[in-house]
Amino acid sequence: MVIDMTDVYFDNSATTKCLPEVAALMTHILCEDYGNPSSMHKKGVDSEKYVRYAKETIAKCMKVQEKEIIFTSGGTESDNIALIGGAYANYRSGRHIITTKIEHPAVLKTCAALEEQGFQVTYLPVDSQGILRLTDLEKAMTKNTIIVSIMHTNNEIGAVQPIEQAGELIKRLNPNTLFHVDAVQGFGKCRIYPRRMHIDLLSVSAHKIHGPKGMGFLYIGEKTKVRPILFGGGQQKGMRSGTENVPGIAGMAKAIEEIFVDFDAKVEYLYRIKERFIKGVSHIDGVRINGPAPRVGAPHIVSVSVQGVRSEVMLHALEDKGIYVSAGSACSSNRSSAASTTLRAIGLEKQYLDSTLRFSFSLFTTEAEIDYAIGCMGEIIPVLRRYQRG
Amino acid sequence: MYKSFLIKYAEIGVKGKNRYIFEDRLCDQIRYALARCEGESVVTKSQGRIYVDFVSEFDFDEVVEQLKTVFGITGICPVVQVEDEGFEKLCEEVVKYLDRVYTDKNISFKVDARRGRKNYPKNSMEINADMGAFVLNAFPTMRVDVHKPDVMLHIEIREKISIYSVILPGPGGLPIGTNGKGMILLSGGIDSPVAGYMIAKRGVRIDAVYFHAPPYTSERAKQKVVDLARILSKYSGPIQLHIINFTDIQLYIYEKCPHDELTIIMRRYMMRIAQELAKESGCLGLITGESIGQVASQTMQSLMATNDVCTLPVYRPLIGFDKQEIIEVSEKIDTYETSILPYEDCCTIFVAKHPVTKPNLNVIRIHEKNLDEKIEELVKTALTTQEVIEITY
Repeated sequence: MVIDMTDVYFDNSATTKCLPEVAALMTHILCEDYGNPSSMHKKGVDSEKYVRYAKETIAKCMKVQEKEIIFTSGGTESDNIALIGGAYANYRSGRHIITTKIEHPAVLKTCAALEEQGFQVTYLPVDSQGILRLTDLEKAMTKNTIIVSIMHTNNEIGAVQPIEQAGELIKRLNPNTLFHVDAVQGFGKCRIYPRRMHIDLLSVSAHKIHGPKGMGFLYIGEKTKVRPILFGGGQQKGMRSGTENVPGIAGMAKAIEEIFVDFDAKVEYLYRIKERFIKGVSHIDGVRINGPAPRVGAPHIVSVSVQGVRSEVMLHALEDKGIYVSAGSACSSNRSSAASTTLRAIGLEKQYLDSTLRFSFSLFTTEAEIDYAIGCMGEIIPVLRRYQRG
Repeated sequence: MYKSFLIKYAEIGVKGKNRYIFEDRLCDQIRYALARCEGESVVTKSQGRIYVDFVSEFDFDEVVEQLKTVFGITGICPVVQVEDEGFEKLCEEVVKYLDRVYTDKNISFKVDARRGRKNYPKNSMEINADMGAFVLNAFPTMRVDVHKPDVMLHIEIREKISIYSVILPGPGGLPIGTNGKGMILLSGGIDSPVAGYMIAKRGVRIDAVYFHAPPYTSERAKQKVVDLARILSKYSGPIQLHIINFTDIQLYIYEKCPHDELTIIMRRYMMRIAQELAKESGCLGLITGESIGQVASQTMQSLMATNDVCTLPVYRPLIGFDKQEIIEVSEKIDTYETSILPYEDCCTIFVAKHPVTKPNLNVIRIHEKNLDEKIEELVKTALTTQEVIEITY
């Protein structure tokens, strides 16, 4: 059987294909039900229904209340509201923040900005699998700690953090400390229940789960004090001013609804694909897999290092075969400083830092695509390893 | 207030019987530049002057910015044109002009009249004196300085009368199309676009060649070169960009030749290919951004080794420039920001830890013999599979 392999998209941690039914719904809202939810007339009421329905959908899948969901422009904004808004609402209780070294820049850079404003930030290390040690967290906690921010699933190596245990620990040591979880990579891949996991703030992005770009939400627990960072018309109870992105909101809700149908089977499918891929590429000379064991890590992310081949070259060689992946660390110049913080945090040897690729799969990924990619890599890698710099 | 510009050009004025060619090319280039601007304009040459007259609304700053990209222009003078309705009326117009252009009236000035139309009732000297008096009368704080005036007020009397005192500098040089065509080797770095700019400034049309090495260089690196060529074409006029897939040649050299000579041998093949393209497209020379001693492949020994394969002249306008000087020009011509985008170009992907800095030409030639078996075929393939992109601004 010959299959067209010109569009093998293995970069689903960067972004995903929008579901057709999501796109159709959004088009309908943009062109027909385009009212402003704040308007008093029927058009407004009609569009408000989409917003309400979206809140219901999201609240149900996480077992939280509808009023605890606010819509944002995506993961970055959610992280910013959680950290900046959380820090400024609680600075009287202390000015200490804890996070990890492997967070997404939306968290790390926001923390750096807060440091400039006089907050102290502790960056916790991780082990060689990319997992946070709870003992480190315990040691770092003080009575002045106002926020702990830990990502659910690492975007580069797929390490899943012990969120529930961390949440328990945090609340046991200091019940006033807010627990923020960046679940941009984890949402839709793992079940996340903020209440049970003691999460006060949870960031999610829509375009990682086959929804639209420029859309996300932030869960803010009922009793959590957060200050808005955008001011204006007072929409979303003043927490996030600006006309609601109704098509985006409805599209995201549709995508979420879709994901949670037969959820366990879907996750199992992703794990099967991931294992098939790992098994296939492990045989190739010079290849090593980074991060946690397949079933321990996230179901959709595989970090692969190829000894002696620069990631950028490998990426373009795969691209030439119609396979799209992401470089573990992007940038040809300034090698050492640009290399990924996560890969360095897990103590990856220097020779691998610039030779790492990330493969991330989705429910659209087929076994045939996986086999095709394994075949291509078996072909390409020996050739590329023959021509090295220097 | 302004509806017209008087275009000044320097070197063209001294050309002999060819002068009309230079002027016509300059008019063409001005039209090419103004096509990017809003508004409709007419470019005319008359009596050793080029005028741009706008017949519709236009954006003054936009027009000046575009005129500054036209080689051959030394000065751009925004002009107020009035009908001849007697000397008295002219003086009033001049006073109105000065009032609008100079808010601070505590300045010195000199009237510089030219009478192209000799039947005008006053001669130039009389105009200078009488108009000066009229202006002094209108603005008592202004004063005359005939040696170093703050404002040189030009009055040109022809069919219509032109008033101007502001001269905005142009880029100088000679109009594109007056001096043949050259083939620039564009790498995507800072230097080559500057080299292209400098040769284009002497009136030379430009074609370009870029050596692409997938998968070692990315689509973005190629796009960057296209972007640079596009900026360059703002000054040089349309560019044909030849994109050569260089990967197989590079890997073959890697396999067959000593690694520390890789860059030199590779550059020799780039020059050979560029030369083939140049001859095919009627270019009279190659252009590179080399500067003595900047990198290992640009020492005098290395330059000699690469030059060895060229029969066409190789123009290296940056040869005596320091990096900082090159950067200054690249900032001025707006290529710097694009040039520094961090995509790897094909010169650096296999670069040895210690490339030779003083290659011996004979040794290089001998090592190149190792390539005899397949290289001709590879070069031929590279030439036949080239991609050509037409680039205009």
